[in-house]
Amino acid sequence: MSQTFDDISAQLRRRHRRSARLKWISMGALGLAGLFLVLFFADMLSKGLPAFQQAYVQVELEYNEDAQRMGREAMEPEDAKIVSRSFERLIPGMLRDDPDLLGTTETRWVLANGEVDQYLKGHRSKLSETERQAVDEKVENGQVALKFNTTFFSQGDSKMPERAGIMAAAVGTVMTMLVTLAIAFPIGVMTAVYLEEFAPDNRLTQIIEININNLAAIPSILFGLLGLAIFINFFGVPRSSPLVGGMTLALMTLPVIIIATRTALRSVPDSIRHAAFGVGCSRWQVVRDHVLPLAMPGIMTGSIIGLAQAMGETAPLIIVGMVAFIPDVSASFTQAATVLPAQVFTWAGEPEQAFVEKTAGGILVLLAILIFLNATAVILRKKFERRW
Amino acid sequence: MTSLQTTTPTAAVNPPEPELGQPYVRNENACHDLSIRVRDLSLWYGETQALKSLDIDIFQKNVTALIGPSGCGKSTFLRCLNRMNDLIPGVTIRGLVEMDGRDVNAVKMDEVALRRRVGMVFQKPNPFPKSIYENVAYAPRMHDLVSRKADQDELVEKALRDAGLWEEVKDKLQQPGTSLSGGQQQRLCIARAIAVQPDVILMDEPTSALDPISTATIEDLMDKLKQQFTIITVTHNMQQAARVADYTAFFHLGEIIEYNDTQMMFSSPATKKAEDYITGRYG
Repeated sequence: MSQTFDDISAQLRRRHRRSARLKWISMGALGLAGLFLVLFFADMLSKGLPAFQQAYVQVELEYNEDAQRMGREAMEPEDAKIVSRSFERLIPGMLRDDPDLLGTTETRWVLANGEVDQYLKGHRSKLSETERQAVDEKVENGQVALKFNTTFFSQGDSKMPERAGIMAAAVGTVMTMLVTLAIAFPIGVMTAVYLEEFAPDNRLTQIIEININNLAAIPSILFGLLGLAIFINFFGVPRSSPLVGGMTLALMTLPVIIIATRTALRSVPDSIRHAAFGVGCSRWQVVRDHVLPLAMPGIMTGSIIGLAQAMGETAPLIIVGMVAFIPDVSASFTQAATVLPAQVFTWAGEPEQAFVEKTAGGILVLLAILIFLNATAVILRKKFERRW
Repeated sequence: MTSLQTTTPTAAVNPPEPELGQPYVRNENACHDLSIRVRDLSLWYGETQALKSLDIDIFQKNVTALIGPSGCGKSTFLRCLNRMNDLIPGVTIRGLVEMDGRDVNAVKMDEVALRRRVGMVFQKPNPFPKSIYENVAYAPRMHDLVSRKADQDELVEKALRDAGLWEEVKDKLQQPGTSLSGGQQQRLCIARAIAVQPDVILMDEPTSALDPISTATIEDLMDKLKQQFTIITVTHNMQQAARVADYTAFFHLGEIIEYNDTQMMFSSPATKKAEDYITGRYG
């Protein structure tokens, strides 16, 4: 007995309902993920953006004899309470460097105390009632104001939140990434080229292949232990330095680059290789002149994504000592340095209220750089993509 | 069936015994200088034997067509001549492929040197994803055949002229080779192959991906090129073999069943299998 259209329609209705349900569930999952992302960004922006502004105060400075020893002697006592101690400490040095200043006076905008800053931004502050009134008065007179926080983008870490900046960590990140790239990119690409284009397909290369894939899944902190044991203890590379950090992260990035490169090489059609062999290319000429140029966009995309991953990594760097208090921008690859995520981690552990916004501000800078890197990867791929 | 059998030429019953590797019937107008001599050539893919003790002589400056049903080993044989089978893992080759008095499979033979003298054109046009000019100039430059830019330009023009492509591309040499039509791409691949002045050009079904007009152009081209080069072509298209080839070898299950002057092969094949294939009983 054959089925009528009505019978089939009844069955189909159930099937259509089921697929509609699945569609709604998957859309719901996507929506939820999007919601979390929006919440995360909104939270980070609302907490982090204030860090890009800082309270400054206009004070009268009188460079007298006492100020040579104690910087606060150059100011009125009530001004000294709201000026950052980091600035007070600079005054004796300024007088030493420029003795002509002695006996002069000047009016200038200087960094305010972190508590003043927090008070102005409406956060919890330790200022007393009288200090608050004094600050309010100065705000009305235009002597205290929130200005763009150049300190945050030009200084290293400090125990005084108003003085703490992201620059040292950013420079540390750049140097560490340079080391990582210089090590992981050539080794990774050449390894992949060997495995994909030269190596015979035997038991040994299969074992190597499986191990490389497994390496990509190893918890990153183990790479930190490896870095500590081999680079620092065995080879004596200075700890906390961008050199050791970069080498450790290079270990972590290698498998990512190898896998990305192999995928890119495999996507180059064999007809190109045959054409090149057919005109008498040696194996290396086939790879250098024909296969690598075609695979380059894929290799670069994979490498940049691997590098971005390494850039956000903190755990292995804790072990090699890169989570440290670094007040000065490091000048060489062997000096102690820190990196952005490690700086965020350090600030997150500070007790002062003012460090909360620094933490969020640091995350914003890190995110901006990551988004920039990923966008570069996409643009590079689009730009160099070739059809055949 | 029985009526057909009675029309079978008597030659099929008692094929003439040719000299080893020689065609049963020699075309008296063709050149008979030896280009490639193959003796007792066998090839295995792993455990599977794909070529069974082949003997064949390929004559210079002729077109030799290899025909036969799918999987009969004609493309495999073709790739033995420039050692492209080296690229496939698990291939074992035994026997002699001799060119210019040298065994091409010898350890001392550099496959790069061999491929410099034995060029190849593939089934699917595969120009390099570079400019038309680069496609032709790359190999001569790599082999140090040209050093000066002017020589290179001249060589590119000559190769493109010989391939019958110059008039169509002379104003757009810097455009990518892949922007050309399929037939033009295949002629670009031929220009690329002849730019290094090889002795032999192997063509693996060069027209199977092309339309009839492009196919005719390539066939004309083969006819011209055989004045300079020895051409060995694999084809599925028997009319094509009849049109372009001086000699035709019929392959079946890894063996050469019949090797003959093309006219003889198509007018009165000496073997029953070849006749059945040519008349379309299988294939």
